[in-house]
Amino acid sequence: MKKVFKMQDLDCANCAAKMERAIGKIDGVKSVSVSFMTQRLSVEAEESRFDEIVREIVKVCSRVEPDCRILI
Amino acid sequence: MKGYTMGRRERKNLTRILVALVLFAVIFIVDKVVVLGEVFGGPYGWLFPFALYLAVYLLIGYDVLWRAARNIVRGQVLDENFLMCVATLGAFALAIFRGVTGQEIEGFDEACAVLLFYQVGEFFQSYATGRSRSSISALMDIRPDSANVKRGERVETVDPSEVQVGEIIVVNPGEKVPLDGCVVSGASSLDTKALTGESLPREVAAGGEVISGCVNLVSQLEVRVEKPFYDSTVSKILDLVENAAEQKSHAENFITKFARYYTPAVVLIAAALAVIPSLITGAWSEWVYRALSFLVVSCPCALVISIPLSFFAGIGAASRYGILIKGSNYLEKFNSAGIFVFDKTGTLTRGNFAVTQVTPAKDREEILRLAAIAESDSSHPIAASIVACYGKTPEKGYSLTNIAGEGVMAQRGEDVILCGNEKLMQSRNIPFTAPSGVGTVVYVARGGRFVGSVLVSDQPKEESREVISALNGMGCKTVMLTGDNEAIASQVAKDLGVGEYKASLLPQNKVEEVEKLLAEKPARQALCFVGDGINDAPVLMRADIGIAMGGIGSDAAIEASDIVLMQDDLRGLPLAKRIAGKTMKIVLENILFSLAVKAIILILSALGITNMWFAVFGDVGVAVLAILNAMRVNGKYLLGKKKPAPTAGK
Repeated sequence: MKKVFKMQDLDCANCAAKMERAIGKIDGVKSVSVSFMTQRLSVEAEESRFDEIVREIVKVCSRVEPDCRILI
Repeated sequence: MKGYTMGRRERKNLTRILVALVLFAVIFIVDKVVVLGEVFGGPYGWLFPFALYLAVYLLIGYDVLWRAARNIVRGQVLDENFLMCVATLGAFALAIFRGVTGQEIEGFDEACAVLLFYQVGEFFQSYATGRSRSSISALMDIRPDSANVKRGERVETVDPSEVQVGEIIVVNPGEKVPLDGCVVSGASSLDTKALTGESLPREVAAGGEVISGCVNLVSQLEVRVEKPFYDSTVSKILDLVENAAEQKSHAENFITKFARYYTPAVVLIAAALAVIPSLITGAWSEWVYRALSFLVVSCPCALVISIPLSFFAGIGAASRYGILIKGSNYLEKFNSAGIFVFDKTGTLTRGNFAVTQVTPAKDREEILRLAAIAESDSSHPIAASIVACYGKTPEKGYSLTNIAGEGVMAQRGEDVILCGNEKLMQSRNIPFTAPSGVGTVVYVARGGRFVGSVLVSDQPKEESREVISALNGMGCKTVMLTGDNEAIASQVAKDLGVGEYKASLLPQNKVEEVEKLLAEKPARQALCFVGDGINDAPVLMRADIGIAMGGIGSDAAIEASDIVLMQDDLRGLPLAKRIAGKTMKIVLENILFSLAVKAIILILSALGITNMWFAVFGDVGVAVLAILNAMRVNGKYLLGKKKPAPTAGK
């Protein structure tokens, strides 16, 4: 399953790259792209565990950049 | 661009930076004139300038300090906030050390300035991104907020997604058309600028199609909804624009990968620089200082930001001319486009075929009547032109069978009408006579006997020749694919100046031809296929870059292609090529320039030739220049020989 999320206050391009790497390491994530310019996170992950994975993504992102929020 | 206003947080930040800059300047000048360290004198004289500079430092850097502390707790050691703090607090510490040990008092100004200019750079980056983002969101403005639905006697205002297909919506002047549909009553002009870049309004009247995202200009329209919101043009386009950046270019991937190793590498070298030479020479403060200068340039942010910014500006610039590019990788690839393969009909030519000759002329009415029966079910432009020329409703009751690549067989009992090209006649052993003119010939036979032929021809689009010669001039190879026969193909190709052509192709042959061209071409060149989106989705997918023309209304084309020319105007191609070229040139400039400046700063700092001032000015300066350079992508471009018609943004 693939889904696109909006992100708020993604202010630093390097953080976007760090988030992308961190999310890519989450178990079950097939592909991920964090676009700094459009402030969007698109993620493809296992359907059955999708909600759980999204929760994990939110946690990982707030560790990288606490100011940035993922709008779900 | 003038539409962009800073947010509250940004304004607050700007004020803070300006106040800090003024305070810093005052303290700095006074220090140079009266030497603050000697105002009170004595062993603790250094405390006075320290306190003043520290106040400014805290004012400008409290957020950086806070973030650094927070990220350390979260285990983000190589965080740029933290490294900046180490660099500046380290510089303070060195200055205090000098003060305590009774050396000449200096260095407080430097520590403070580094953080101050770092913040100036950060502010500039956030301003530039904000501006750039808002230029794209002008495109997002096409999203309709609500729809007025007629339900019974009342008109209800609802969310566009709640409207059902078949319902009647009312579009008032000044409102956006919320869903695709067909005008039931009323006549008006529609502004399609946001969708196509075309500045001329489009006239609509009852029976006409309207596309969501257009703005109604003149008078009220009642529209029957034909597509649900998620399937309407506006949703498709928004989807495309919002996901545009998902496909990242090689340049962007290179930079993020580079950034990943850059920071740790700089930090490691800095650590080595602080310790190893110091152990040998014993000049600790000198080498620690050089190491701190390293940390000043440890943040790769300027580089990381200026590359996506350039691509984004390129995509934004193209969108102002009605050219939608689905991702920065396609912009990058399009720059290396070396072969343009065109579908002929509807792309190079207008596609509105007209019957130009019926032979023998005495049987005109009968030939057209038979041909219209056979072609009545086909959406192919040639078929449509025959039916249109016949002018009456074709007789019903025939069962129609498509014979791929040959034509159509219409059958009603014993009555068999064959209608198609010469292959159809040959395969049934029907003797026929070819007409004299050049065009597509449709032969008609009834009951196994040749009746006559219809000649249909198509006109090249006005701009085709100009575009082909522009592309040839850019050193690109141009190829035309067509299902038409050799005679028509060679004439059109000669007429337009197309380098190569392949005639008499069936739809599936087009994929084969493109595959052949793909196999032959040099690896660094990209192959573009340009089609009108009708029947060529497989070819659009197969080509390196699929370009669909007149994207409005053709969902399949929008989905299958990588670049969509919203306006049915080929001049978008050379224009997009120029935008892609400029973007890539600027990207390359930015990468090389930023890397070179950082490398020079690092080397000079290591050798002790420069100081922290130079490091921070160099680092912030190169960031600002790279960003300004990236903004250049979003300039004005000329669409062919005509004046440009930019729509949103500027």
